[in-house]
Amino acid sequence: MSKKQKKILVLAGAFALAFGIVPNVSAMHIMEGYLPGSFCIAWGVLCVPFLIAGFMSIKKTLNEHRNLITMLAMSGAFIFVISSLKIPSVTGSCSHMTGTGLGAILFGPAAVSILGLIVLLFQAILLAHGGLTTLGANTFSMAIAGPFVSYGIYVLCKKMNVNKRVAVFLAAALGDLFTYCVTAGQLALAHNADTTFGAALGKFMAIFAPTQVPLAIIEGIITVVIFMGLETYAKPELRAMGILKEAK
Amino acid sequence: MKKTVIAAIVVIFLIAFVPLFVLKDAEFGGSDDAGSVVVEEVDSSYEPWATPVFEQLLGGELPGEVESLLFCIQTGIGVGIIAFIMGRFVERKKWMKDQ
Repeated sequence: MSKKQKKILVLAGAFALAFGIVPNVSAMHIMEGYLPGSFCIAWGVLCVPFLIAGFMSIKKTLNEHRNLITMLAMSGAFIFVISSLKIPSVTGSCSHMTGTGLGAILFGPAAVSILGLIVLLFQAILLAHGGLTTLGANTFSMAIAGPFVSYGIYVLCKKMNVNKRVAVFLAAALGDLFTYCVTAGQLALAHNADTTFGAALGKFMAIFAPTQVPLAIIEGIITVVIFMGLETYAKPELRAMGILKEAK
Repeated sequence: MKKTVIAAIVVIFLIAFVPLFVLKDAEFGGSDDAGSVVVEEVDSSYEPWATPVFEQLLGGELPGEVESLLFCIQTGIGVGIIAFIMGRFVERKKWMKDQ
């Protein structure tokens, strides 16, 4: 193990210990029935243009490069796996990651909204996790807001000539974190009858954010590992998508 | 590169499992309940107006073991697809080198 790797290990350990003192509980998707009807519809409607854009973007990509369907399946499967793993976090409760960063980097944020929707539907119907009435709100936070932030950060990093792996890490981790900030915002918007919007937002953020920070870091690392694998074994696809430059 | 990957995996495990050992009394409970608790706190008059489809069919809560089974199926489907495609990519690279 090199010095740098040792340093990372120590840092991660210290980080986990430092956060290990705050016992709390957390939430992931918005539960079934926990948003008033009007909010459910509003979020749902807000998602529609993104989903249409996503559908068209996927169609266009596949028309141009038929063989990219493997990569698309892979991004979808990645979201499937990552969002099914509930991981104990430093706040003393479990939460899971979103896994949308990879797809957003590879196919653009719009395409991911479709993949995310599929996963959320599966979880809402079969796992009683999230819900059909809150599907719109959950889709917006996990499959639209998060991926757009991921993609934005990735593009920004690329413009600033940041190392590609660092860019992937930041994009995936911050996209994950942002998803949960949006969820907190959505809950606070709907539920602030007894306090103000700000106070409610603070309360929801307090449950979501600390739990999610270490998970966001894990998600960043996993995404980088997968990305490294793809860089080695899927060069033709990455070139076709413009992620790698032509003929190095 | 191999070393980086191994180090990355070790870090992931550390972040994931250190809290389990440090926080011995914590419940690591499901997250959905906690969200509902806060909703109650800031909006006490609110009543959830729908329950998950599956729970309606069952007429009660999904048993914990069955829920973990379903989550495993989800993971399994995903891992299967990733492993299959990654396997193809790896083999293809070997084959391309021979050419």
